[in-house]
Amino acid sequence: MIPLSWYLILAAGLFSIGLFGVLARRNAVAILLGVELMLNAVNINLVAFWRYGDVAQMAGQVFAIIVFAVAAAEVAVGLALVISVYRRRNTVVAEELDLLKW
Amino acid sequence: MTTETLIWLIPLPPVLAFFLIVLFTNKNKALSHSVAVGAAFLSWLGSMIVFVRALGVEHLGEHPFASSINWLPTGETWLKIGVLIDPLSAATLFFVAWTVLMIFIYSVGYHNYGQPAGDHDHAGLPPHGATVTDDLGHKHTVLSVEPMYSRFFAFIGLFAFGMYALVVSDNLLTLFVGWEIMGLCSYLLIGFWYGKSSARNAAVKAFMTTRIGDVFMLLGITFLYYATGTLSYREIFTEEVLHTLATVPSGVFGLSAAGLIALLLFIGTIGKSAQFPLHVWLPDAMEGPTPVSAMIHAATMVSAGVFAVIRMFPLLSLDPKTMTIVAFIGAFTAIFAATIAVAQNDIKRVLAYSTISQLGFMIAALGVGAYVAAVFHLITHAFFKALLFLGSGSVIHGMEHGVLHTGNHKVDPQDMFNMGGLRKKMPITFWTFLIGGFALSGFPIITAGFWSKDEILADAFGHGHLAVFITLAIAAFMTAFYTMRQITLTFLGEPRTKEAEHAHETPWTMTAPLVILAFFAVTYGWVGIPEHFPILGGLVPNWFHEFVGGTLAEHPEAVEFNIIPLATSLFVALGGLFFGWLTYRNVQSAEQDKLQIPLLRNKYYFDEAYDFLFIKPLTWFSEVFVSRWMDKSFIDGILHIFGPATGGLGSFIRDKFDVPVVNQFFGDGSADATYWIGKNLRPIQTGRIQQYLILSLIILVVIGGLLFALLVRSA
Repeated sequence: MIPLSWYLILAAGLFSIGLFGVLARRNAVAILLGVELMLNAVNINLVAFWRYGDVAQMAGQVFAIIVFAVAAAEVAVGLALVISVYRRRNTVVAEELDLLKW
Repeated sequence: MTTETLIWLIPLPPVLAFFLIVLFTNKNKALSHSVAVGAAFLSWLGSMIVFVRALGVEHLGEHPFASSINWLPTGETWLKIGVLIDPLSAATLFFVAWTVLMIFIYSVGYHNYGQPAGDHDHAGLPPHGATVTDDLGHKHTVLSVEPMYSRFFAFIGLFAFGMYALVVSDNLLTLFVGWEIMGLCSYLLIGFWYGKSSARNAAVKAFMTTRIGDVFMLLGITFLYYATGTLSYREIFTEEVLHTLATVPSGVFGLSAAGLIALLLFIGTIGKSAQFPLHVWLPDAMEGPTPVSAMIHAATMVSAGVFAVIRMFPLLSLDPKTMTIVAFIGAFTAIFAATIAVAQNDIKRVLAYSTISQLGFMIAALGVGAYVAAVFHLITHAFFKALLFLGSGSVIHGMEHGVLHTGNHKVDPQDMFNMGGLRKKMPITFWTFLIGGFALSGFPIITAGFWSKDEILADAFGHGHLAVFITLAIAAFMTAFYTMRQITLTFLGEPRTKEAEHAHETPWTMTAPLVILAFFAVTYGWVGIPEHFPILGGLVPNWFHEFVGGTLAEHPEAVEFNIIPLATSLFVALGGLFFGWLTYRNVQSAEQDKLQIPLLRNKYYFDEAYDFLFIKPLTWFSEVFVSRWMDKSFIDGILHIFGPATGGLGSFIRDKFDVPVVNQFFGDGSADATYWIGKNLRPIQTGRIQQYLILSLIILVVIGGLLFALLVRSA
């Protein structure tokens, strides 16, 4: 059986890629993609811990499913925001959306 | 109703009348005087019932009517108040009830009830007369009704309450309360016509002068309470208490406690009964409505002073030194006031000084130990002096009638030299005044004054006080002399002015009290005829001596009969009357009166001396020393230092602490610091989401690293 640490390393790598995407990409849609990657990294962790822990306890799986649902909702809202921003400002570059500065 | 309950009720009607009149009926003159006279009548009725019942009790002195209740808690004990009718208060109640009722009735006539309101009368000034037009169209000026009619009845109602309360009380505390109520009423009545400055001054003078006595009296009462723990007569006048008081030294002038207390109480009497040297207020008290208030002050209220000292006689008689002082003051006052009375021209002032003199007789009688004689003279004097005052009021009233008739307001209706021949114009007033005057002079056998004055002289002689006896005999001679002078100038001869020719007899409300009082001025003496008096003695038992003498624990013995005092009193009374008539029968004006010596006319300059000795220094003290020096210079000076000093301190604190430290450092400084921090932190708010995220990540890593280092590694 594949050791647990492999899954954790995969999840950590996926999380880092997501994080990098969030911090480094200019496009707002790409940032959202990064967020999705980070969420799914967490999901891998949750399922892995469930599989290697007490299998009779369903909490890990349930949690993962809830995260899916939340992520789907989040993407729906997030993309709607991006479209709205694009309609008003004609851009989806995060750096140019700096209206909230001092 | 039990007698005790009745005694409690006696003083109440007049005070209720006072409140009724003041609160409700003061607009209605008829209702006001009905309420007042009705109240006086109820008290009179109660007093008479009590008096009659008291007569029926054998040995009333040992078993008096008494009742008391707890009033004020004083720690473990109670201050009690109560009523007491022993022979002394029963006898006093008798004359108080009669005179008070007579005053009330007389006041109705005196204040011109039923006459029209005056043309120019003001509240606070005597009525000036009203103009009326008769059926034929002639205009007449007639007497006008007193503008403050109801107010007067309210005041005398309160006064009567004070007098009754004083007489029936069984302790010094309520006696003092009644005493002070009368002091207040006397002030109000003397200043009744407050529009006159002389009346205002006289009111203040009377109040202040009696206040001096009252302060000492209060001291005496306090000392007595301190020494014995009670103020009730019956508890004080027990043998043990008196013995203790007589043996404990007071530490003042070598007097015993009893002597000092008696002396202090006696000073209260000096003030109230206008004895030398506090006599100055009484003649000025004649400023009150002629003569009703005059009579209240002179015939009734001053009796309260003598009554108080008679009450305290068992205490007084313990210390011979006090007795000597009392005898001296009394005898001196008697002769001193008599000499002044000789040279007065105002009909009321003569009576005022005569009152001072007669009160001196009573005080002197007490000083020589003649207890019963003092009480006897107190009562007879109250009757005939009340009669004389009311009579003089009637005379003045008649003269005012004459003044209004002629319209010459320069004529003083009180000056005896403006009178003369009034016997034909005012017969009732004349005959009653004559009876009162003869009683005052001690006209032998028929008048009450003779018996009481003779008893005082006999006692003074019998107890071996020759100096007092001689002084009083001379004073009695002068009394007869100035009384006859007064009668001669007022009633005999021919009218000396047009006003006297048109004088008029007064209404029945005024003459009826005169007649009743005249009855007592004659008959009251007959109850006290000494047993061994030639011919008359023993015909009527000497009831008065037995009755009043029973008040004291040791019944005083009647002095043995001696022809010398009797001859003396016969001589001084008849001689004085005769010389008075002889001297003044042809005198037509004040210039012809040889006794108008400035020294006497000006009352030995006592007012001036007091003015110089007390009033001027006091005025100086208050105006210059207290006001100018102490208040304006010293205290204001200190205040003037304090003002700038605190101002300076305030400025200093403001400049050196408030402004730099609080305002600038803390106040402005904190604002500046916040502003500076905000300004410098502002740039990190870039508005770029990714920068925020990076910052969050960095802080997360740092805090996470720290936690790891602290928690995991240390574990």
